[in-house]
Amino acid sequence: MTILANILIVFFIVAGLVFIVVSAIGLFRLPDLYTRTHAASKSSTLGVMCILIGVFLHFWLIKDHFNPSILLGVLFLFITGPVGGHIMSRSSYIAGIKPWSGTVRDDLKDEIERMKKEQNIKE
Amino acid sequence: MKTNDVIMQFTAKIVFFIIFFYAVHIFFAGHYTPGGGFVGGLVTSSAIVLLIIAFDLKTVQSIIPINYIYLVGTGLILALGTAAFSMFVDKPFFTHFFDYFHLPILGKTSLHTAALFDLGVYLVVVGVTMTIIQTIGEDE
Repeated sequence: MTILANILIVFFIVAGLVFIVVSAIGLFRLPDLYTRTHAASKSSTLGVMCILIGVFLHFWLIKDHFNPSILLGVLFLFITGPVGGHIMSRSSYIAGIKPWSGTVRDDLKDEIERMKKEQNIKE
Repeated sequence: MKTNDVIMQFTAKIVFFIIFFYAVHIFFAGHYTPGGGFVGGLVTSSAIVLLIIAFDLKTVQSIIPINYIYLVGTGLILALGTAAFSMFVDKPFFTHFFDYFHLPILGKTSLHTAALFDLGVYLVVVGVTMTIIQTIGEDE
């Protein structure tokens, strides 16, 4: 039973580690801010959540101590991580940072221009 | 440019309650585990700051109509009163008392007057942090 629990714990922690390393590589290799935000907000959130679940299972199954605040941390990251990425990329789009040159579609541009026209802002 | 931040505001509404109840947990768990009045107060004020960021200063003041300077005063009076209470029963200043009580739902609980002192610290920390942030945040 302990061996099964340990396998589960090691699986979760190693999966989280892999996801965090992948997101760090993505931050280096991706071309512009929006793809980097994509890498940073999705993959590292999942990685940290996996590591927290592994820690939770370790304390629950091995040390026999049920710690609900770790579960609360998982829920909190699940809510706030993507919202942080959303706010960062949206505010940098409005601040005027251009997407990568190979981008083929830009749906937000028309919408921002419509809002500027509605609020009488000229650039 | 004025934009529509419905995602931020909706998330802030939910996350505020998670942070606030976690702060209450930290405050009450301070006697036996890490935590206490100072950290609890800081986490509470960070929850209120999150609301201020997502909405604005006027809205949050109408939601939580507290004058934070009075909150600092209340906390100081509470801390001083808890410390001075022992002088009236012929004990040195800052002597704390505790006893075990059988509460209806919670069962056997140890209640300690240090928790009241901690409540004073909590109120002072919340009051000072929010006063600083509101004073800096206002444009006038």
